[in-house]
Amino acid sequence: MKDSMIRGADIVVRSLIAENAEIIFGYPGGAIMPVYDALHDYHDQLRHVLTRHEQGAIHAAQGYARVSGKVGVCIATSGPGATNLITGLADAQIDSTPLVCITGQVASHLLGTDAFQETDVVGISMPGTKWNIQVRRVEDIAPAIAKGFYIAKSGRPGPVLIDITKDAQTNFGDFNYEPCLGFRSYRTHIPIEKSAIQEAAFLINMAKRPYVLFGQGVVLGGAETELKAFLEKSGIPAACTLLGSGALSEDHPNYVGKLGMHGNYAPNMLTNQCDILIAVGMRFDDRVTGDLKRYAKQAKVIHLELDPAEINKNVKCEVAVLGSCKDSLALLTAAVNKNTYPDWMAKFKELSDQEKATVIDPDLTPTKPGLTMGEVIHQVNKYKADDAILVTDVGQHQMISWRYFNYKKPRTQVTSGGLGTMGFALPAALGAQMYDFSRQVICVVGDGGIQMTIQELGTIMQTKAPVKIVLLNNNFLGMVRQWQQMFFDKRYSFTELDNPDFIKIAEAYNIQAQKVSVRDDLQEAIEDMLIHDGPYFLEVVVEKEDNVFPMIATGCSVEEVRLS
Amino acid sequence: MKRYTIFVITENFIGILNRITIIFTRRGINIDALTASESRLEGIHRITIEVTASEDTVIQLVNQIEKIIDVIKAFYHEDESVVYQEIALYKIPVSRLDAGLEKIIRQHNAKIIAAEPDFVVLELSGHKEQTQELLEILKGYGLLEFARSGRVAVAKRMLTIDSFVK
Ligand SMILES: Cc1ncc(C[n+]2csc(CCOP(=O)(O)OP(=O)(O)O)c2C)c(N)n1
Repeated sequence: MKDSMIRGADIVVRSLIAENAEIIFGYPGGAIMPVYDALHDYHDQLRHVLTRHEQGAIHAAQGYARVSGKVGVCIATSGPGATNLITGLADAQIDSTPLVCITGQVASHLLGTDAFQETDVVGISMPGTKWNIQVRRVEDIAPAIAKGFYIAKSGRPGPVLIDITKDAQTNFGDFNYEPCLGFRSYRTHIPIEKSAIQEAAFLINMAKRPYVLFGQGVVLGGAETELKAFLEKSGIPAACTLLGSGALSEDHPNYVGKLGMHGNYAPNMLTNQCDILIAVGMRFDDRVTGDLKRYAKQAKVIHLELDPAEINKNVKCEVAVLGSCKDSLALLTAAVNKNTYPDWMAKFKELSDQEKATVIDPDLTPTKPGLTMGEVIHQVNKYKADDAILVTDVGQHQMISWRYFNYKKPRTQVTSGGLGTMGFALPAALGAQMYDFSRQVICVVGDGGIQMTIQELGTIMQTKAPVKIVLLNNNFLGMVRQWQQMFFDKRYSFTELDNPDFIKIAEAYNIQAQKVSVRDDLQEAIEDMLIHDGPYFLEVVVEKEDNVFPMIATGCSVEEVRLS
Repeated sequence: MKRYTIFVITENFIGILNRITIIFTRRGINIDALTASESRLEGIHRITIEVTASEDTVIQLVNQIEKIIDVIKAFYHEDESVVYQEIALYKIPVSRLDAGLEKIIRQHNAKIIAAEPDFVVLELSGHKEQTQELLEILKGYGLLEFARSGRVAVAKRMLTIDSFVK
């Protein structure tokens, strides 16, 4: 054995350091113990956060990745440790979040024998990963990690899983790290076709009522400035998807609101009145389009998209501009005429005013006694920093927070969009906060969802991550209850919750906590929370049976969006 | 709905076939036949998939297959633009081998590729319609066993895989 040789487990850790990982989230166990042993030697170079569940670890890595733009890293042991990552993998896959997950595996001679804590995690995780691999030899560890990081962050980002057998971790090998710079079966750079830009510009320059829809692709491609420049020159109104929020400041004059099931009234209605629809880095999710047969049929669609598999998947387009929207938007900006559309813009204003009068005003400044979720977010807006990060769980509070939070900066929106994973928010907020303790991270969560990962209060206690947790307690699985009310004759089948004393729970975790049930106390409580140095838990008791509107019911068209 | 042949050129990576078939399973699309083999180039595999679907669906399948990290290239063809063959084997009891059957074998261009004391094995290569026709006839001759391969195919287009493997 050469002196230069080190253990496979050390190779794992040194490879992560070579990839500039600063922090990893994880949970130990038998098959990953050599890596944990190695982490002990490198804790000054690589911080490890012990979560209270592997699902917490992966959601934390997602939160970290979403706000930092870096690859999130998490580690877990074989068997149950690995299977506990699956929800997070599926979530990261559908929301294009770059992750490298490392799992321990039983020793290679035991593979396939149903050994203790053996699970075919490569098989199980295949549909939920961008790429995965099992490493059985020490010499394959560093190349697999190098390739994994490259795949996770390049092209359309996504999660990677690397399963490493215990013997590969304990065997000795040479370490000289070579980052991956590409390989033949995987092309990440798509040069923009000039002819597509010309065709798109031609259509846009002729348009009377052009309309931009932007999604998370803008954020992932770092194209926020290019989007803004394009909108300012072309004068086109723009609406965003759930994960597109933050790509353009909501104060921007071209910004007209949000799309989809609980988006804004005007952006949904007018989708069916525009003549040219310019989709930028978005994938026409069914929660955005409603009934496809009645979606923007009058419009010619231009799709700016990096992933060729998204073209014509849900909506047929007239012009596909393949490639990073950072490149294509810049070229398109040069090719379009400077323009304004005052009449078209006025239509958005007109419908927005209707929404304001019938939905927004009663939500934000209610006159009825019970607190609304909307007024809580309205108060948060008053005191939050411009670059505050909003992390939400899934349900009514998610949709309300999204609707009313005033997004101003990129990468301030962290939520489980594609998968809709309850339990996402608390660990994701922790991960987001671990990236930067000086940023405000506000975690809005429902009384249902928080109980799916409430154990991560322990991780918040241990790390002292100053997350501001806002629990909107309606004593219901609110979103499901809303559907039962609207579509199942108000038969509230198993959606009411008998809840614990959340304040006691938070206090048991040594987290400062406060409960608000009346309007008069709300403003001060929010102020207290946001100036508090350290983690804070604010429970707001809200109206039990409020509904989220506007709403496009399943199977309806965007123009059937309901205001009540 | 039409019959299409999808060609996939891949790295020789463990699990790649699984990743490809998942794409069909997800959409509930049946794979009519599938063959995998090493290509002319070392380390590069070639998978041929036969599927009955609409062209729109096939395009989406191909796009999603091509998205798999270790897939080098995927493309699809209609039946008219590929040259393809399937191979079929038929096991018949020796006792049924008579002049009549030998005539059928000749007429169909089948071959006897194995003769054992109890049975003979016939081989026929061709399109499914041809191998199927012989199958129907041989059912009347006490057919013991039948097996048919997936399609092996080459495109009529003058494009070689070297152009994708740079
Ligand atoms: C893991 C998981 N299970 C079930 C659901 C279905 N679901 C969507 S919203 C919701 C209710 C959420 O209730 P709560 O967390 O109290 O939030 P609220 O809607 O009341 O704001 C449920 C059960 C889901 N999205 N995720």
